Amino acid sequence: MIKVRSLHKKYHGRAVVKDVSFDIQEGKVTSFIGPNGAGKSTVLSLMSRLIALDSGTIEIAGKDISAWHTTALSKKLGILKQSNDIHVRLTVQELVAFGRFPYSQGRLNTEDHTAIAHALDFMDLGAIADRYLDELSGGQKQRAYIAMIIAQETDYILLDEPLNNLDIKHSIQMMKMLNRLALEKGKTIIVVLHDINFSASYSDYIIAMKDGRVIKEGIAKDIIQADILKSIYDIDLRVESFGKCQVCLYH
Amino acid sequence: MENNKKTKIILIIALIILSIISLSIGVSSYNILDALKGNPDAMQIYYFIRLPRLLTTILAAFGLTIAGLIMQQLSQNKFVSPTTATTIDGAKLGAMLAIICFPGNQFSKALTAFCFALLSTFLFISIIQRMKIKNAIFVPLIGLMLGGIIDAITTFISFQTNQVQNINSWMQGNLASVTKGNYEMLYLIVPLVLLAFFFANRFTIAGMGEEFSKNLGMNYQKIMMVGLVIVALVAAIVLITVGTVPFLGLVIPNIISMYRGDNIRNSLWETALLGAVFLLICDIISRVVIYPYEVSLSLIVGIIGSALFLYLIFSDEKRKNKGGAS
Repeated sequence: MIKVRSLHKKYHGRAVVKDVSFDIQEGKVTSFIGPNGAGKSTVLSLMSRLIALDSGTIEIAGKDISAWHTTALSKKLGILKQSNDIHVRLTVQELVAFGRFPYSQGRLNTEDHTAIAHALDFMDLGAIADRYLDELSGGQKQRAYIAMIIAQETDYILLDEPLNNLDIKHSIQMMKMLNRLALEKGKTIIVVLHDINFSASYSDYIIAMKDGRVIKEGIAKDIIQADILKSIYDIDLRVESFGKCQVCLYH
Repeated sequence: MENNKKTKIILIIALIILSIISLSIGVSSYNILDALKGNPDAMQIYYFIRLPRLLTTILAAFGLTIAGLIMQQLSQNKFVSPTTATTIDGAKLGAMLAIICFPGNQFSKALTAFCFALLSTFLFISIIQRMKIKNAIFVPLIGLMLGGIIDAITTFISFQTNQVQNINSWMQGNLASVTKGNYEMLYLIVPLVLLAFFFANRFTIAGMGEEFSKNLGMNYQKIMMVGLVIVALVAAIVLITVGTVPFLGLVIPNIISMYRGDNIRNSLWETALLGAVFLLICDIISRVVIYPYEVSLSLIVGIIGSALFLYLIFSDEKRKNKGGAS
């Protein structure tokens, strides 16, 4: 479990995360929603020690984040930021192999090769494993990065806007795959999403943020309510039932 | 993998053939067989002049191409190299100050050159790290401007102290004055290249950015420092022993990267070997073009290097336009 308590973070004197507390349940898909500048990405970066916190505590698997050795933590928690603008010319296979760095520091053993092959297979990348990243489409690239995180074999997987640059079909595939990771492998998935409806239909738990604070958290049914969403996004919208889940209509 | 090995073998064979050619040409007519047979004059020429020159060429090429490779990776920019990103300019300033303050001492010259090379490269890297937009053209442009400023300081001080001619003469890349006794510092390149190979994976990861590195549990700043120290040491050593060799650190890593990608572990040896082959060819041309005289090495490297560089830019454009659909 990840426990976050009274988290604060200031950038250049401006508070971007204010008194944020929540728990992340094991083996579930949790999504963060909220308008731009709500502090979602910052919270994700804080939880994964990419940036230092000002005050508050973050506990990962029963141990405070500052007590984790960075290599040990990189075997427990993997984070992928929006990363479509990396220009390094690597093949898919080479990129995925870097996911094993925390274990082998670059000298791959059989266990590493198994993990890499498995990750490529899970993300259906076998056919393009030898292609260079800069020759791939946005969706393929995104899948390659996720495969790297899978090869990292962490219990917690944090993804910052994984649906960026993906069309509807690939977005659905991505979310289904994240659900499979949680269900079949017991991974704890934490994602920042911009599309409320993807969040509503594919996550077990939603944390809604605005102006650096957590406004509301709960299961999808409790969050996807017209009045709550209105107060978060400041727009007019309607919530309708569609099959067994709630969808939000706006224009 | 097979292909990889084949290129390496071809490059090694080319290097051996070129080395033999390089050893065989020169004003005195002794050939290698005379030296091997034990002719004392021939042995002297080989031992004191031609062998040092060959080793200098190969080691300097190894060093400069690897330094370029590391810098391109760490700055995430293909157009950055010791000559386009202030390293050499810093080393020049340091070496010039050493000439004025402690004349005649090779070691102190190398040390101050190294310190200034490190400082100026560090300055450059910190500036581009602070830049929000890392435009492919803008980054090397900043390096050139910063280098120009440092160069201006060097020129000013050397002008004030009547050192302009002295400085200009040894800044020109020149292998003609290399003899036994003044090139041995270049042996330091060997452990530096090995160190670069040891850190190759980490440099590749650092090239993916600070957040990417942190996620994998790697200390980004530390790796950055290791890379910059290797680059600055190489630049200082080569500057002191050979002078400035333009384009080598820029063109060679780019050629290999087009075929091998940016996983440094795969491309490091080929980059170094191609660099040595290229510099040997340039050196041989510079020695035969107005035989028995020589033209400056940096002139030949500049001509061939800039032509190659232009070709690279245009072929890269073509490749990008073709693959534009993605």
